[in-house]
Amino acid sequence: MRTPIGAFLILSGLLFTIGTVGVLVRRNALVIFMSIELQLNAVNLSLIAFSRYWGNLTGQVLAFFSMAVAAAEVVVGLSIIVSLYRKRRSADVDDARLLRW
Amino acid sequence: MGEEVLFWILAPISVVSAGAMVLQRNAVHAALLLIVNFFTLAVLFLLLGSEFLFVVQVIVYAGAIMVLFLFVVMLLGVDRKESLTEQLAGQRWLATLLGLGLVAEVVVAVRLGIGLSSGRLPDFSRVNAGGNVHALAAVLFDRYFFPFEVTSALLIIAAIGVVLHGRRQEPAAFEDDATPAGIAVVQPEPGPGGETTPVGAP
Repeated sequence: MRTPIGAFLILSGLLFTIGTVGVLVRRNALVIFMSIELQLNAVNLSLIAFSRYWGNLTGQVLAFFSMAVAAAEVVVGLSIIVSLYRKRRSADVDDARLLRW
Repeated sequence: MGEEVLFWILAPISVVSAGAMVLQRNAVHAALLLIVNFFTLAVLFLLLGSEFLFVVQVIVYAGAIMVLFLFVVMLLGVDRKESLTEQLAGQRWLATLLGLGLVAEVVVAVRLGIGLSSGRLPDFSRVNAGGNVHALAAVLFDRYFFPFEVTSALLIIAAIGVVLHGRRQEPAAFEDDATPAGIAVVQPEPGPGGETTPVGAP
C-alpha cells in the first residue's frame, strides 16, 4: 500500500477535531452524543492505522474493544437523554441546570 | 495505486460529512450524515487490511447504533430546531480556534513522530495469514481473553442498568421537582375517618 500512514493519522485527527468542536458548540444533547461517536470512530481509525504500521493485530483488538465499549456507552447515554427529556421536555443541554450554581 | 485513489476519494467525503453533521441544525440530517461518515470509515478500515472490523463497523455502528440514534430522535420529536443564540459570548469562535489548534497539534505530532513520507509498510498478508478473522481470533482468544470476558460483563451490566434506569417511575417521584421552592404543599386534611381514605381519592 502506497498511502502514507501519516495521511490516515491526520484524517483521524481531523475527524476527532470536528467531533470536539461539535461537542463544544452544539447544544442538542443528541448531536453532542453523535459528535462523541465521531471522536470514538476517529480514534478507532488511528488504532487500525497503527496496527497496519506495526504489522501486528494488537491495534485491531483494541479497536474491537473500543467498539464494544462504545455500544454499551451509547445505550446508557441515550437512556439518560430520554429520561432527561421526560423530566424537562427538552433535549437541550442548557435546560438541564439542576446542578449548576 | 487503486488503494491510494480510494483513500483520496474517501477522506474528503468523510471530512465533509463530519463537518456537515456538526453544522446541521436538523438532528435527523445530522444522523444521516454520520452514517455516511461511518461507511467511509468502514471502507478505510478495509483498506488498512482489517476485514473483520469493516464488517463490525457496518453492522454495529452504521446499523445498530445509528438506528438507536434515529429511534431516539424520532421519539423526542423531529421538528425541534436548536436556537442559534449563544449562551456564552464567543463560544463558537473560541471552539473553532481551539479546534484549529488541535489540528495543528496533530499535524506537528504526526510529522515529528511517524513522518508524512510514504515509506513501505510491512507486509500485512503475513499477519493476516488464513484470513483476518482467523488471525484476529487467534490474538483475541489467546492473549486478550480476560479483557474479552470483562467486555461481556460490561455489556450485561449496561443492559441491566438501562432496563432499571428506563423504567417508568412512579408519579410521586416527580413531585419535588414540580413544586416551586418556598411554597408549602398543602396536604389535604384527613376528614372524619380519614384513615380509611384510599390513596388515590381526591
